[in-house]
Amino acid sequence: MIDNWQTFLIEGVYFLAAILFILGLKKMSSPVTARGGIIWAGVGMILATLATFLTPHLSNLNLIVIAIILGALPAWWSAKKVAMANMPQMIALYNGMGGGAAAAIAGVELIRASAGHELSTTVQTLAVLGAIIGTISFSGSIIAFAKLQGLIKKSLLFNKQQIINLGLFVFILVLGAIIVAMGSVPIVVIILFFIIALAFGVLVTVPIGGADMPVVISLFNALTGLAVAFEGFVLSNAAMIIAGTVVGAAGTLLTQLMAKAMNRPISNVLFSGFGAAEGQEAGDDSGVEGSLKPIDATDAGIMMAYAEQVIIVPGYGMAVAQAQHKIWELTKALIDRDVRVKFAIHPVAGRMPGHMNVLLAEAGVPYDIIFDLDEINAEFEQSDVALVIGANDVVNPIARTDPSSPIYGMPILSADKAKNVVVIKRGKGTGFSGVENHLFYADNTRMLYGDGQKMAGELLQGVKEL
Amino acid sequence: MIEGLVALYIFMLAAFVGYEVIAKVPVILHTPLMSGSNFIHGIVLVGAMVALGHADTNLEKAIGFIGVVLATGNAVGGYFVTERMLEMFKSSKGDNK
Repeated sequence: MIDNWQTFLIEGVYFLAAILFILGLKKMSSPVTARGGIIWAGVGMILATLATFLTPHLSNLNLIVIAIILGALPAWWSAKKVAMANMPQMIALYNGMGGGAAAAIAGVELIRASAGHELSTTVQTLAVLGAIIGTISFSGSIIAFAKLQGLIKKSLLFNKQQIINLGLFVFILVLGAIIVAMGSVPIVVIILFFIIALAFGVLVTVPIGGADMPVVISLFNALTGLAVAFEGFVLSNAAMIIAGTVVGAAGTLLTQLMAKAMNRPISNVLFSGFGAAEGQEAGDDSGVEGSLKPIDATDAGIMMAYAEQVIIVPGYGMAVAQAQHKIWELTKALIDRDVRVKFAIHPVAGRMPGHMNVLLAEAGVPYDIIFDLDEINAEFEQSDVALVIGANDVVNPIARTDPSSPIYGMPILSADKAKNVVVIKRGKGTGFSGVENHLFYADNTRMLYGDGQKMAGELLQGVKEL
Repeated sequence: MIEGLVALYIFMLAAFVGYEVIAKVPVILHTPLMSGSNFIHGIVLVGAMVALGHADTNLEKAIGFIGVVLATGNAVGGYFVTERMLEMFKSSKGDNK
């Protein structure tokens, strides 16, 4: 089995790397040790990469080094430069690259199989499965990136989309079965197989609306892990099998947690095209009572300055406006006036679970005033002001009351129960679901129209002038 | 070479580990954790290196080359994005004390 010292060393290092990955993930599950976690995992990655250079009979060394440099520099540069609010799409992008790499491994192995380096049926099957999953994750993640980055604005829906997708998927499986059954097929068939899998990934992701994107990215993350594990079997690489499977399982659980928080089964996210056609139909303001009542920043500031308790509900709008720093300044000014300030974070606020926590942490907001939905929901009733900044669907009371609404049943933050609600909002549009928000029309709600950062600044001014 | 059944055992045990590790994570860490797990499947790099390392024809080399570029992007980008996120957690904690 182990034929020389190089293989022995490589296997040993892979074993160590696998341990470091698992311990790293474990450490990342607590805020105190999280930072150490990524460093452990990083050390594992560097060791595994260096050890791989010792692989016996490794040719094309120049190409490998050039490719690593070409891949590393732009990724390093973009990861350092990107604004915190844009993190989700960068994760989608890097994840897609991982899926693409798994697919590329499958490509090389399948083409080699055609050229005479035959693989066993089991290995060939796993190579094909990894190829399908990796390719879909690749093209799907790129689309997710493009959508979040604003490169693709619309959710594309066309007639018979689901039937076409199903047909394509069956076609991919048939081609995959042919490749496995034949053992070696003309390269054209392999290329066709990859092209159709690419197209399928695009078509499946294109109709998915903005609010569902976090779930989709998480799903693709899990899928990439699985694809990596499958290609690990193909290459008999234990580090890939273990790391890939761990990510596949963890990612699946994370996806479920996110879908559950939105009260939408994963199948709905993938196949219903929610937030596009459906949402726009529901977007008329049928049955909304009351009117939108604007307020100016000075008044709202005074209201908050004389409150006993203020709960701030941030949403994606805060991320877009980069308002977290101003919000923290405002919070500090309020705390100086002995106002109790708490932050309420909905599980799906922003583009990913924990997205808001990351932004608030960036601004310097301490953990102990940030609360989950379950922890804080009962407190809105005792609060004088709920400040909703850039959040919409997660505070829409219709989710409690109207069974016909697409967001019915989603747990929401009970901002409407606060004595006064101030909503900072850029315009009069609806949230990602396209559903009109009844909170905005409630008697105790005042609308503060404008850019989140600017308005937070004006609120701060209002508080300080007292 | 890893035998079929042993591979299945590894797969199953690793799946349990992944599930257990995530099950206790507070919501606050979900994004960094997704990013961290995204980095960890960057291990695909070692596979891409091996694939490119035994590529013979130009087509195989081209695909393997793309594979290594993409895998490196996954690993490097994933690492620095995660590190930046977690760094903020640390500094905010420090300010507080």
